[in-house]
Amino acid sequence: MKFTCLSRGGGFHFPPCHIVNVCGFRILFDCPMDLSALSIFSPVPTGFDAEVDVKVSDFQDSSSSSSDSVARKRQKVDKPLDVNDLIYAVPWYKTVNNLHLWNVSFIDIVLISSPMGMLGLPFLTRMKGFSAKIYVTEVTARLGQLMMEELVSMHMEFRQFYGPEGSSFPQWMSWEELELLPSSLREVVLGKDGTELGAWVPLYSAADVTDCTQKVQTLRYAEETCYNGTLIIKAFSSGLEIGTCNWTINGPKRDVAFISNSIFLPAHAMKFDYRSLQSNDIVLYSDFSSLDAMENVEDDDGFSIPTTDSMSTLSMDNNNNNWEESVESLLYTDESLEEQEKLSYLCYCAIASLKVGGSVLIPINRLGTLLQLLEQISASLESSTLKVPIYVISSIAEELLAYTNVIPEWLCKERQEKLFSGEPLFSHIELIKNKKLHVFPAVHSPKLLTNWQEPCIVFAPHWSLRLGPVVHFLRRWCGDPNSLLVLESRLDAELALLPFKPMAMKVLQCSFLSGIKLPKVQPLLKILQPKIVLLPEDFKQQTRFTNANSFSVIHYSENASTRIPSLKDSSELEIATNLALQFQWRNLKHENMNVTRLKGELSVYHGKQRLLSGSEQAKSSKIRPLLHWGSPDLEKLLNILSNIGINGSVEQCMGNGESEKACIVHVHEPKKALIEIGTSTIISAGDENLASKIFEAIDKVLEGI
Amino acid sequence: MAIDSLVLGAGQQVGKSCVVVSMNGKRIMFDCGMDMAYHDHRRYPDFSRISNSGDFDSALTCIVITHFHLDHIGALPYFTEVCGYSGPIYMTYPTKALAPLMLEDYRKVMVERRGEEEQFTSEHIVECMKKVIAVDLKQTVHVDKDLQIRAYYAGHVLGAAMFYAKVGDTAMVYTGDYNMTPDRHLGAAQIDRLQLDLLISESTYATTIRDSKYGREREFLKAVHKCVAGGGKVLIPTFALGRAQELCILLEDYWERMNLKIPIYFSSGLTMQANMYYKMLISWTSQKVKETYSTHNAFDFKHVLNFDRSMIAAPGPCVLFATPGWLSGGFSLEVFKQWAPSELNLVTLPGYCAAGTIGHKLMSGKPTKIDLDKNTQLDVRCQIHQLSFSPHTDAKGIMDLVKFLSPKHVILVHGEKPKMATLKGRIHSELGIPCDDPANNETVSISSTHYVKARASDTFIHSSLNPNFKFSKSISEDESGLCLKDRRFMPQLQVTDERTAEGILIEEKNKKAKILHQDELLLMLGEKKNEVRFAYCCPIHVSNLEETKSTSDNVLCTSDRCSWLQLLNNKLSGQISGGNIQDFGEHLQVESFDISVCLNDRCPYRIIDSQKKSEAVFFCCTWSVSDEKLAWKIISIMENFDCESH
Repeated sequence: MKFTCLSRGGGFHFPPCHIVNVCGFRILFDCPMDLSALSIFSPVPTGFDAEVDVKVSDFQDSSSSSSDSVARKRQKVDKPLDVNDLIYAVPWYKTVNNLHLWNVSFIDIVLISSPMGMLGLPFLTRMKGFSAKIYVTEVTARLGQLMMEELVSMHMEFRQFYGPEGSSFPQWMSWEELELLPSSLREVVLGKDGTELGAWVPLYSAADVTDCTQKVQTLRYAEETCYNGTLIIKAFSSGLEIGTCNWTINGPKRDVAFISNSIFLPAHAMKFDYRSLQSNDIVLYSDFSSLDAMENVEDDDGFSIPTTDSMSTLSMDNNNNNWEESVESLLYTDESLEEQEKLSYLCYCAIASLKVGGSVLIPINRLGTLLQLLEQISASLESSTLKVPIYVISSIAEELLAYTNVIPEWLCKERQEKLFSGEPLFSHIELIKNKKLHVFPAVHSPKLLTNWQEPCIVFAPHWSLRLGPVVHFLRRWCGDPNSLLVLESRLDAELALLPFKPMAMKVLQCSFLSGIKLPKVQPLLKILQPKIVLLPEDFKQQTRFTNANSFSVIHYSENASTRIPSLKDSSELEIATNLALQFQWRNLKHENMNVTRLKGELSVYHGKQRLLSGSEQAKSSKIRPLLHWGSPDLEKLLNILSNIGINGSVEQCMGNGESEKACIVHVHEPKKALIEIGTSTIISAGDENLASKIFEAIDKVLEGI
Repeated sequence: MAIDSLVLGAGQQVGKSCVVVSMNGKRIMFDCGMDMAYHDHRRYPDFSRISNSGDFDSALTCIVITHFHLDHIGALPYFTEVCGYSGPIYMTYPTKALAPLMLEDYRKVMVERRGEEEQFTSEHIVECMKKVIAVDLKQTVHVDKDLQIRAYYAGHVLGAAMFYAKVGDTAMVYTGDYNMTPDRHLGAAQIDRLQLDLLISESTYATTIRDSKYGREREFLKAVHKCVAGGGKVLIPTFALGRAQELCILLEDYWERMNLKIPIYFSSGLTMQANMYYKMLISWTSQKVKETYSTHNAFDFKHVLNFDRSMIAAPGPCVLFATPGWLSGGFSLEVFKQWAPSELNLVTLPGYCAAGTIGHKLMSGKPTKIDLDKNTQLDVRCQIHQLSFSPHTDAKGIMDLVKFLSPKHVILVHGEKPKMATLKGRIHSELGIPCDDPANNETVSISSTHYVKARASDTFIHSSLNPNFKFSKSISEDESGLCLKDRRFMPQLQVTDERTAEGILIEEKNKKAKILHQDELLLMLGEKKNEVRFAYCCPIHVSNLEETKSTSDNVLCTSDRCSWLQLLNNKLSGQISGGNIQDFGEHLQVESFDISVCLNDRCPYRIIDSQKKSEAVFFCCTWSVSDEKLAWKIISIMENFDCESH
């Protein structure tokens, strides 16, 4: 078994990507894309901006790169970033660089854990030779499809502005242009080691998305699916979002659990089902969120609840009978309360802005956060007696909101209770009905224009602030000091807001829980009781594992393969009862063992190896042993022979040069025959009956099977 | 090991489904229904047969409910709250959501309208539902360490499921009610190809083969349209769930297409609440309905209005859905009393009404007068339309499912005795699967599958997967008489690849049985192989051997040796079928049997003194015990072989 981490990703929106070889099958975990890299592009320029027009022609017209402008740009390299440093072109998208080094036709299985992990999938599925089986939960498939469709439709705006793309590489990707980029942007394009230019691809089409979604096989939580008769694959809730999952893969010799970003007690999605990951030998731990949280501490500006987790080691007293209970209580420590507080604070800030006449713009695409905010903000509005409309503006919003209300099986206990008591799962259905919430596909929807009212609250994609309706609202409100923009703290706000400078608008950066917190990693692993755990290398510094652990830890790093040692030299096999009944046991003097020969047909069914009685019927006659060992006791042999009326004389013993004795028994009675005895035995007789009798006698003095 | 199925209800009848299956130490109750036709103790399954002591928690591992119909769930609150079962209960999400409505509806009818003694209270229903664990389709649920269950889509009503249960190597499916053809709002039953010891199937339509449903739907719509066009009122007595929504989708669609403005009402019993559930559970409906959820949820009925008691006597045409079904009492009966005397009006009844209900009386013949009770008689002049679409599978569907799953045994329940007997015969004769149709309170015992577990070494597994090609030449004259003439004399090479797994099973005390490849055994034991072979130096008579010898200077040259072998080869290949004779020049080999010309006059294996040594050529043969039979056959061929040299 081999594990290769292709990318450690970056946060909620860019999950990690790995390739694992299990039982000879190559499995790709997730196929994400790094949408934060979009920030190097300029949003669609407004038509009246004269300066931008110049820039555009600059970039579009490849022949006009006058030496003058080059010199001008070169000077900029070391200056603080300017809006003109951004790339004015139809954006390309940054995929997982290392994935391009693999031949896609060699991938057997793709497992998608979250909608974010699906965004890059059409790039794979449209490639020639791609034939892997793609497994994804029903909800992730649907949400993933919606997100991809949204992306394609937002991207259209660029296409309409810049005109159709040429077939060749865009101008900005030429090395001359890249060298002129400010170093921070160049690093986004080329990566830290300057090798990532190949990761950039033009966006897929709507047809590619349709094609991709037709190729996936959807699963429900805990549904068993069997790949090639050998691997049993199951998805279990990870709690990160509705429909996101962790995986178990069970083969004849390997039992693997894959843990993606997981949340123990989410407020909307079904909770992290870690119990179902128990009793797997190997845990592939791929939740980088606690590491990301650390990195982010430095660039906190504005509001953010600190997410640093103190380094912790947990030494559990194993003698304590209810250690598991105490461990579990630790897992459920109230992080949901903390999340709740963040949302409350967010609502508080929003209401404050609305009260002074400002509007609130929330470009957060996290479905769970969106759904909860809709409920909480509307409740806050209710209690503050403000009559302010809420708008959700996205090409997929209507479908997305309708969809979340028809998937009760995928939600947390509290939401499921709503189903059983006949209430809508999320309150946005009521909000829409009561005209408090308005859903529109685009900024230019005629109904929106007639309905528009300010101040208001707007939810609009995209969080990168480069695509979608958010750009238009940001341009409208960026100069208004009373308005509020809510961003995720992971985003590089400096770069993201560059095109909207000068910003008078208030900015609130908020971090949301997107995985297992560091202190919980160890208790979790304790409950799972694996034999081997694969952890990201960065965990080395963050956690010290106590010696009490029953498992060994292998650290992995990005773009390096890790070989996982084999734990079993044998595999489970089931023998059909009718076959087992035919066994003829022999007792070995040796070590008190019973042995029997077995013969049947090996079949592999649903991950299980079975030995069935073959088509050829086993003969009822006694099966003769075929393999013998040891050296015969001559005296005993002669005894046995004379008992069945076979007599003879031992002719001679001749040393073969070795210490092994060899001798020949000449049989006279009842017929002439000969037995050569030594390290091997030869029976020579003139008729079948005698030969077989002698063989039986030999069989008794040798051990055999 | 055996699987025991105790049929507590729906044995050779339709009503109170309840089967208790014991396998490998686990005991599962499938469905816990009630019989609407009875009002005494016979309405419930005889639970005392599960446990005499009444300790149901230890007697049962779990209860599985397939869908929310009362004949499948009606006795559940009684069993949990009155009898005291407090173990786990499993049902699908829709069933868990909708069952309380169904139970409450029924309880109200029984208590408030019929004035019966309360069997269970509203609180009982609520408490009972708290014990229920909701499951999703195809989700493998581990009830405990050994028992796992899984629901499959059954299509009968919203949330109806077939349940698969597995303990160890033994597995079974209980279908509940199912429908193998999709209908307007539900899909068709869907199940994986499973390896089953037992299939317990419903058999409501054990002998019926039904045609397309659309014709019958059209008839219904025509009847309704005709009635309202003539200014009449249509009464559709239904239970709160299932049929009401299905017919309403049908009418909505028709109203839309025909641009009708006549009001459709839901009586207060049929609250819009039920539709709310349907809207959230739309993913459990048919593909067509499911796809439309975002733009227009099919259960958002546009033409449907709430009905008020005062509107019963109001003039003008309308369509009214009223509870309960079967006109068994309550509001629907109240309306019926008012509307029945007018021939303008129409009452639609389902294909099945429980005996003793007004609905049942209306369906039997064409009565003009109905006795409501001892003192009241009602003139019935309205038209009566019988809905003949029922979401059960027909005989073909049952046969298709049995054939698809190919279980080792079938038990039929939920049907009428004579029809079940016919179907049982078909399953036995056409599919060759043993089948039973036990009566209530009978137990059927069948044997179960069991596998012996062992650990297998890699070498063994690899050797088992190695191709094992066998080549045999066969002249297929007799088999293919129609073969072309010129091909008839061409020996056909047959290649077979029968992979057999051969190994050695070792059992040691306190260790798991292990399977090794033969070669690994000695290594493990640390012993040396002692090969036992047979040897025989076989004379073959050659009549003109002397001649040959003289010409070749008393020494058989290599080429001669080869030619002897060649002769032998030809002879043998004519007489041994199947075995492959391999010619290595110096020696021949058939399996482990090895022949070479023996030149050693003092060969120790010349056991038999040949009378005429000079007239014989000796062939030294050795073989191992595995080819004993073959060896002696070859030797007898050789001994009878009179070699004509040159």
